[in-house]
Amino acid sequence: MVGIVIVSHSEKLAEGVVDVTKIMADGCPIAAAGGMEDGSFGTSYEKIMMAIESVHGPEGVLVLMDMGSAVMTTEMVLEDLGYDDVFMVDCPIAEGAIAATLASCAGADLAGVKQEALSSKTADKL
Amino acid sequence: MDTAKVLDVLNAIGAKIEEQKEYLTELDNVIGDGDHGINMARGFQMVETKLPTLADKDIGTILKTVGMTLVSTVGGSSGPLYGTAFMKAGMTMAGKTEMSLEDFIQCLDVAIEGVKMRGKAVQGEKTMLDAMIPALDAMKAALTPDAAPKTILEIGVGAAWEGVEYTKTIIATKGRASYVGERSIGHQDPGATSFSYILETISNCL
Repeated sequence: MVGIVIVSHSEKLAEGVVDVTKIMADGCPIAAAGGMEDGSFGTSYEKIMMAIESVHGPEGVLVLMDMGSAVMTTEMVLEDLGYDDVFMVDCPIAEGAIAATLASCAGADLAGVKQEALSSKTADKL
Repeated sequence: MDTAKVLDVLNAIGAKIEEQKEYLTELDNVIGDGDHGINMARGFQMVETKLPTLADKDIGTILKTVGMTLVSTVGGSSGPLYGTAFMKAGMTMAGKTEMSLEDFIQCLDVAIEGVKMRGKAVQGEKTMLDAMIPALDAMKAALTPDAAPKTILEIGVGAAWEGVEYTKTIIATKGRASYVGERSIGHQDPGATSFSYILETISNCL
């Protein structure tokens, strides 16, 4: 299965997004990288790297981030890790995570899961 | 400037950031997420603890280590941005144990390119670039073969602070401040401010 990582400034938000995916896609490898090591707000290079490593398997990993340093720090982690099967997805993190974990559990490959996550960006709610 | 002087300057930058921590955070409270001073101080505190282990290293390694330390300890956008800036400067200085005025200008040049790349930003978006680019341009314009480094740096510092003043007049379109939109007018950019303090500290050390 494709692994998913949730990067947020808030530890609670990242863990909450992971929790909400379990309702429909329990079993998908997913890890939270929220907040700093001491639990304060921010994004941690170390946490992001460990989260990616923890769900990295033969089918790759997609990373969903909130804004600002979450994006830039993830970018630096990916450059340093140098994997060719780990990518960032530009989508809403909660909706995107649900779509991505469902697709991953259903056996979609990296491109397929990414496509599903991206579809959450344009899905109408109203 | 030799490696010992570079380490002194980095220590002085850390002290300056610590001294201005509250002020930078206050600026960031108004238009951002209020963590700039705290984050920068945390990053440079960690840098200070690493400096003694770098005494026998070349300037490239020193700057690269500073960059990597900032990336892994700052926690906000200034981490990847200043981190990339120092790492790019470090690449320029690889293997060197002396830094000339021309080297410094080259470092600032590649640092700016790094910040633009990492932040996907350009001048005029109310970011640190609005202090960095005018400072670089002013120093390049003032550069003559026999120019004293301190004179050139002082010109850069003046241009950087003018850049900070300019950020008060524009709307933020990058970073967290862009969510504040028009209400960001009238307030100076914290990142441009911290960069100006850093350049000023370097200049004062000469």
